[in-house]
Amino acid sequence: MVVKTLPEFPVKKGEPAYKLWLFEPGQKVEMPLVFNLRQLAETRRPALLPGHRLCAGCAAPIVVKLASFAFRGPTIVVTATGCLEVSTTIFPYTSWAVPWIHNAFENAAATASGIVAAVEAMKKTGRLPYEHVDVVVFAGDGGTFDIGFQALSGAAERGHDFLYILYDNEAYMNTGIQRSGGTPKYAWTTTSPVGSVLPGKMENKKPIAEIMVAHRIPYVATATPAHWMDFMKKVRKGIEVKGPAFIHALSSCDRGWRHDTALTLEVTRRAVDTCYFPLWEWTPETGYLLTDRSLAIARNPKLKQPIEKYLELQGRFRHLLKPENKHLVKELQELVDAAWEELLRKASNAPR
Amino acid sequence: MTQAVVKPQAPLEKQVMMTVNGDEAVAYAVKQSLVDVVAAYPITPQTIIVEKFSEFVADGEVKTEFVPVESEHSAMSACVGAAAAGARAFTATSSQGLALMVEILYIASALRLPIVMAVVNRALSAPINIHNDHSDAYLMRDSGWIQLFAENVQEAYDTTIQAFKIAEDERVLLPVAVNLDGFFLSHTLENIYMLPDEVVHEFLGGYRKVSKVRVDYFDEEVPLALNPARPLSFGNLDLYDYYFEHKVQQVEAMKSVPEVVREVNEEWFKLTGRRYGDGILDPFEVEDADVVLVGMGSGVGTVRSVVRRLRKEGLKVGLVKLRMFRPFPFKEVAEVLKNAKVVAVMEKGVSPGSYGPLFLEVNTALYDLKSRPALVNYVYGLGGRDLVPDLVEGMIRGLFKELEKGVFEPKLRYLGVRE
Amino acid sequence: MSQQAGWRSLPKAGVAFRLSTDYKTGDWRALKPVIDYNKCTKCMLCWLFCPDMAIVWDGENVVVNYDYCKGCGICANECPVKAISMVPEF
Repeated sequence: MVVKTLPEFPVKKGEPAYKLWLFEPGQKVEMPLVFNLRQLAETRRPALLPGHRLCAGCAAPIVVKLASFAFRGPTIVVTATGCLEVSTTIFPYTSWAVPWIHNAFENAAATASGIVAAVEAMKKTGRLPYEHVDVVVFAGDGGTFDIGFQALSGAAERGHDFLYILYDNEAYMNTGIQRSGGTPKYAWTTTSPVGSVLPGKMENKKPIAEIMVAHRIPYVATATPAHWMDFMKKVRKGIEVKGPAFIHALSSCDRGWRHDTALTLEVTRRAVDTCYFPLWEWTPETGYLLTDRSLAIARNPKLKQPIEKYLELQGRFRHLLKPENKHLVKELQELVDAAWEELLRKASNAPR
Repeated sequence: MTQAVVKPQAPLEKQVMMTVNGDEAVAYAVKQSLVDVVAAYPITPQTIIVEKFSEFVADGEVKTEFVPVESEHSAMSACVGAAAAGARAFTATSSQGLALMVEILYIASALRLPIVMAVVNRALSAPINIHNDHSDAYLMRDSGWIQLFAENVQEAYDTTIQAFKIAEDERVLLPVAVNLDGFFLSHTLENIYMLPDEVVHEFLGGYRKVSKVRVDYFDEEVPLALNPARPLSFGNLDLYDYYFEHKVQQVEAMKSVPEVVREVNEEWFKLTGRRYGDGILDPFEVEDADVVLVGMGSGVGTVRSVVRRLRKEGLKVGLVKLRMFRPFPFKEVAEVLKNAKVVAVMEKGVSPGSYGPLFLEVNTALYDLKSRPALVNYVYGLGGRDLVPDLVEGMIRGLFKELEKGVFEPKLRYLGVRE
Repeated sequence: MSQQAGWRSLPKAGVAFRLSTDYKTGDWRALKPVIDYNKCTKCMLCWLFCPDMAIVWDGENVVVNYDYCKGCGICANECPVKAISMVPEF
């Protein structure tokens, strides 16, 4: 088997720069987690190929790239309708180096259920030439908080063995920045515009990760691509647990959040630094555990930044920084503080 | 059902007679068809299929993965995932459930996934009604699925097994809906003959085998499936430069369906001694008939008994049972109806503002005939109303009177409704 | 349109038949990342974070593949030693 049409880029040592993931039947696969980046660069290739048409500075391909560095072997990827889906598979091209399917907007989790069932059935009847085939879903906030929630909740209840990664850019970016159940309070979107009466979206963001915790599935975590090591560890845990796992990855959209394309990771880093988006994981055995930077903040509260540090980078919150909206910022700060305090109470590794 | 002339490979004495209802018959057929994944949601009158199949799973009689989804939308979505992964997938639904699935029906056919679905036909809301008509089947007529209709429980069993073979045929690769009338078949006990498991396995060639495809980036044909050895991408974004071609490709695939349905019908005949006309339609007493009735589903049985009785009186009446509604067999229908003086299309469905969907198809089929029969549309049995023989007899006698006058007005008529 | 495949020759089921590596996104770029190898510590963060897989490790250095780089500047922003500068293309 020869894979044609992959570009030859001057790589002096090791593997070609880009390649498809080809797992020959019966092949013994070992893909340990690697955090030494040079070693990683020499031994792994991301599941996403270049030439995709996501906007410059989009965080979604970084989420996919980092997640794929934590895949453990043969993996089938399901993607809900959204930016990631349309921009990576504009016919006749595909950017996916692994088997990939998009079905519709609201049914990524149901589609994954079917694939997991197919894999199980083939295993049972001796037709699966691999020890395991993992199924990973990437879906946006629209496909997770809103239209796809029923399918996600159903699949979680049924206990299918798959990892669902939510790349949350906090609005319907693919259709042009409309508010979703994942849009935060007071954010500007095209359907929650800032007007003379209303200061952006008036409702709170759904606590989707906690809703998934309430399903009592084996693994739930929050992550950002900026905290890459934390994210990769969580992806591997989510894949390794038996049953459904859910990772809520904050994934900024420079077009919708109105920030410079270069600040994509900076902005998610500040989301964690301000405790707007704390990093944690949850299992039925351990309960909530703070991770990475959020654990550091819990241990040293001086590291916690005021919410303005997060808001100031983003045009969608620009109206909040006007003097007449100080009370709104104060309200957001109180919301963040209350949620953070609650998390500190719940997390067993937070200092008492 | 035509009697076997040659001895079938699995003669009746090798088959097992069981008393089952239509839903159970379908469940048994699925059990024997080496199905990998069944994803389904309960809805009357389909529920018995899911219940019966769950029993097979609970008793370890099948290796199938049963996915008890939270909606019909997810049932079809899971089937799409399973079939794309190379599995043989089945679901069953009715009415509102089918309506909820519609979005994914189009995706299943466009992704060329050979899913089989039993549609236990039931009226659509509102008003909510759990009984039989064909409005659900008509709802999916443009979704790219093959649609077959069973007249009785035996045919529902036979057709379900055949459907996997038709769907997975290399020339076809399209999903198949097996329609059986709610309650009239789904909940009615009938003595049917079932094949031994191994005979069904052999008929289907074992587990599903995925077909192959050629893409530019591999130098050989690769399995058309989600396969970690040879990654492919399914469900991509098509713009104006390719969508049209993909749609035409899918539409053209329907052209090979009649041939495959006929072959499978003949193969089934050799195997079991049973066949259903040529697999596409089954004419009864049409050759010299002046009045010919056309219909689908269980109502055909009632009509046939009346036709048989009236023939004894010397009335030149015939019946065409249509087994395949999609793709619609235009040529075959025109050929079988070309000598009729009047054709009455009987159907359990409406399209408000137009004639019944079956009528429109028959009308189109007859257009190219040099001399066309008169054509009328009888809508009957909506919401499960029974089609009693007296009603059919009155209709036929009325048609002969109209034939004498040569006037057929109005075209759209309701059979058995109160004014 | 003339050299594009017709319906008879397109692969079934609408599966994609080319890899996006055939599609060059480099011409989207307004700013071009230029690596100062005197400053570069080969920490690989730019390689790790590049959303366009446009930074490649050649065994000795990180190298920008300008065929795909869209010029977002994430690499320059994330570089801990500020070894990458964004230079206008025009």
